[in-house]
Amino acid sequence: MRILGIETSCDETGIAIFDEEKGILAHRLYSQIDVHADYGGVVPELASRDHVRKTLPLIEEALKDANMTPDDLDGVAYTAGPGLVGALLVGCSIGRSLAYGWGIPAVPVHHMEGHLLAPMLEDDVPEFPFIALLVSGGHTLLVRVDGIGQYQMLGESIDDAAGEAFDKTAKLLGLDYPGGPVLAKMAEQGTKGRFRFPRPMTDRPGLDFSFSGLKTFAANTIYKEDDSEQTKADIAYAFQEAVIDTLTIKCKRALQQCGLNRLVIAGGVSANKELRVKLSQVMKKLNGNVYYPRPEYCTDNGAMIAFAGMQRLKAGVDAELTFQATPRWPLDTLPPV
Amino acid sequence: MNYLAIDASTEACSVALQYQGEHFCRYALSPQSHSKLLLPQVDEVLKEAGVNLKQLDGLIFGRGPGSFTGVRIGIGVAQGLAYSSGLPVVGVSTLQTMAQQAFEQTKASIAVAAIDARMSEIYCGAFQADDNSIMQPLVPEQVFSPELLAGKLNELAINHNQVAGVGSAWQSYSEALKDCQLNRIDEQIRFPQAQYMLAIGAKAFTDGEGVSAALAQPVYVRDTVTWKKLPGKE
Repeated sequence: MRILGIETSCDETGIAIFDEEKGILAHRLYSQIDVHADYGGVVPELASRDHVRKTLPLIEEALKDANMTPDDLDGVAYTAGPGLVGALLVGCSIGRSLAYGWGIPAVPVHHMEGHLLAPMLEDDVPEFPFIALLVSGGHTLLVRVDGIGQYQMLGESIDDAAGEAFDKTAKLLGLDYPGGPVLAKMAEQGTKGRFRFPRPMTDRPGLDFSFSGLKTFAANTIYKEDDSEQTKADIAYAFQEAVIDTLTIKCKRALQQCGLNRLVIAGGVSANKELRVKLSQVMKKLNGNVYYPRPEYCTDNGAMIAFAGMQRLKAGVDAELTFQATPRWPLDTLPPV
Repeated sequence: MNYLAIDASTEACSVALQYQGEHFCRYALSPQSHSKLLLPQVDEVLKEAGVNLKQLDGLIFGRGPGSFTGVRIGIGVAQGLAYSSGLPVVGVSTLQTMAQQAFEQTKASIAVAAIDARMSEIYCGAFQADDNSIMQPLVPEQVFSPELLAGKLNELAINHNQVAGVGSAWQSYSEALKDCQLNRIDEQIRFPQAQYMLAIGAKAFTDGEGVSAALAQPVYVRDTVTWKKLPGKE
C-alpha cells in the first residue's frame, strides 16, 4: 500500500509518498523561513498564504519523483492538528478533496504522532514500549509509548517549548529568526563554566518542564555582560547546556519511573547535536538505546505524516467527507491501533 | 458544457452544478463551518445529477475577496477536486457574483457590491452588464472605509437611479453608506451564491481562461498584513 502525506501545520509545506514495503518514495519540503524572518516569528496569515501556493505543486513534483500516477495511491494523509488553524485548513482541504476525487480513503493525522513515529522510518526501529521525548518549537513532551495510539503523557512544558526558548534566547543574542540552530552553532565556540544557568524544575519530583525562566536569565546575563562575540558564545553555551541537562535529567527520570531502557527523541530540537551526544552517553550508561530520525525528519515534514497515516490507514481509518482542523489536540486522546 | 462551481468565501457556503442544461444547487448560511459543509454539498449535487467529476468540463471557484480562511477553504477544495479529476479551473470574484445575481434576478444593469472586510472597511466593486449578459467590472476591486464609497461613486459618473446595491455591507454599514443615495438596495442579495458564478465562469472558459488546478489562487484584495516587521527590515 502507498499513501500520500501532506504537512502544513506551521511554516513548512511537506509532501511525501510512503510505500509500506519500500519506505519513502518521494519527499519534498518547502520552508517558509525567509517569509517570516523579517517579522521575527511565524506570521500565521502569511504561512497560510504560502501553503495554498506551494502544496499542490509539491504534490505534483512528489508524484513525478516517485514515478507514479495517482492511481498507485491507496490513501491521502494530512495533518489535522495541532498547529495553526488557518495553515492546517489548507492541507486538510486539499488532502480531503484529493482523496474524494481519487476515490480513496482520507486519513487525518496528529502532528505529534507523526513526530513520535518518525524514528520508525529508519533502519534501526525501536520496539515498544519506549519513552519518547518530543521537542520542537511548539512542544516539549515526555510520553510513554506502548504501541501506536497508546500514549501516556508523563510530562510537558508548563510555559515555553524548548525550541521556543532556543529561538527567543537567540533573538536576545541578536540572531535572525529562527535562531535556535544558529545559537547551537555559536555555542560550539563557547567556554564551558564561564556562566551557569539554572536547571528549571529539576530540584523537585515530576516530569514537567519550564523554560521561560531560562530566557529571562539569559536576558539578565546579556544585559550585565559585554557584547563581544566570545561572551555571546559563552552565554549560548551555558543556555544550551542548561536546556540539554534539564531534558536529560527528565528523560532519565521517566525511564527509571517506567522501568524502560529505550528512548526515542523527535521534533526539531532533536536535531541538536549536543542533545544527541548527551542522550547517547546517558543511554549507554543505562544499558539502553536512543533512537532518533535523520535531521530532515526531525523538523516538520511530510514523510512522518505519510508514515503515521499509513498506520491509521491499515487500521481502517477513512474520514468523513467533512474535514476539521484541531489547533489544540491532546496526544493521549488518540485511539489505539 | 458542464461545470461545477463552489464558493466558501463569506458567511455563506454554496455549490452549483450545471449538467446538460440543468442546475443543481446547494446554499447554506453557516459561518465557521464551511469545512464541514462544502464537500458534502459537492457530493450531494453530483449524486443528484448522477454524474462524476471526470464527466465535467471545468471547475469554477470563488476567488475572493472575503474571509481569508474561507476563501482558502474553497480554493483548497477546488484544487483537490480539479487536480484529482483533471479539470481546468477559473476563478470568479465574489463581488461580481453578487452583481450577476442582481442582473439575473432583477435586470439591474449596474450594481455596486460591498461586503464587510472587518477592521471598519469594506470590499467593494462596481459592475455593468455587457452584451453577453455578464456583469463586468467598471473599476478594480478595492478595500476601503465605507465613508469613502459615495465619493468614489461620484467619480464613476454613473446614474445612481440605475444602480443596485448588493452585498451585506449595505445593511451592516447602512449609516456610513447613506451618502451613496442608491435608490435600490437588493437586500436579499447579501452573500455570493455559486449558481451565479456559472454564467461568468462558463464565459471565461469559452474565452480560453481555464488554467490548471495549482493556479487556483485567492484574490485577497487586502494584501497588506498588519504585522510589524522587525526594526530595520521594513
